[in-house]
Amino acid sequence: MPNEIAFYLIAALTVAFAVAAMSLRHLIHCALCAAAAFAGLAMIYLQLDAEFVGFAQLLVYVGAIAILIVFAVLLTRGDEVRPGSSQSSPSWMTGVAVAVLVLAAIAIPVLSSPSLQRKAPSAVVAPVKRIGEQLMSRYVLPLEMIGILLTGALLGAVVIAMRDEPEVELPARWPAARSAEPEEAMSLP
Amino acid sequence: MNTPLSHYLVFSALLFGIGFAGAVARRSAILVLIGIELMLNAANLNFIAFWRYGPHAEALTGVMFVLFSIAIAAAEAAVGLALVIAIYRQRKTAQVDCLDTLKG
Repeated sequence: MPNEIAFYLIAALTVAFAVAAMSLRHLIHCALCAAAAFAGLAMIYLQLDAEFVGFAQLLVYVGAIAILIVFAVLLTRGDEVRPGSSQSSPSWMTGVAVAVLVLAAIAIPVLSSPSLQRKAPSAVVAPVKRIGEQLMSRYVLPLEMIGILLTGALLGAVVIAMRDEPEVELPARWPAARSAEPEEAMSLP
Repeated sequence: MNTPLSHYLVFSALLFGIGFAGAVARRSAILVLIGIELMLNAANLNFIAFWRYGPHAEALTGVMFVLFSIAIAAAEAAVGLALVIAIYRQRKTAQVDCLDTLKG
């Protein structure tokens, strides 16, 4: 019984935080509410006996992605706090209506399906040792692919976000270039 | 564990709907990304719930899928936020309805 109460409590809190994350005016508040919603989801994973996934969710989402979002909000400041400017797109009513339709299209069949009303089988164990063994045996190829993908994605993120250096350094290092265009090199700061 | 599986699925559908509404209705590109992350999380929750309530929990398939999905979500968030920052540097705005041309 306490397990169910915990689920409904955490689920209600998580939904409330998700709504706040999508509807608050200041982006910083949105980012923090999203972090809280991710933490609530991690608790739901723990409640579902998936401990490793719960802690991975906490580490990756609350620890890394939320911080990344906060940094992105801080780095793109200036255009969202203008008073009078709308926070939502002009056709937001259509978007919300489509979202409600999607929600109904998922929730009504789920609630009316008798096979989905079943209770959980008792005592599922997912020890970290078994997860590690599976990752090193059956899922070793996907694991390597994820490693390659993460390396590529993070290098790509650095390259995309890197500021293009102004080409003032070039004439100093290359004497030929400096002699070719001396006045341009002097005029640049 | 007397909660029926459908309650988890409805909870995940709620999260998906909220994320979807935010992704299509807000103007800030960062909020669109947060909405996409919420939708991804809803899908992850479905995987975990079906794994927990399924007959072959010892195969750990749902757990594995969610682990890989979290890794992909991390890569997606890093690249997406880097794109937002790069676009902001060029255009001085991160509102998606102002970004209607590809040419810099």
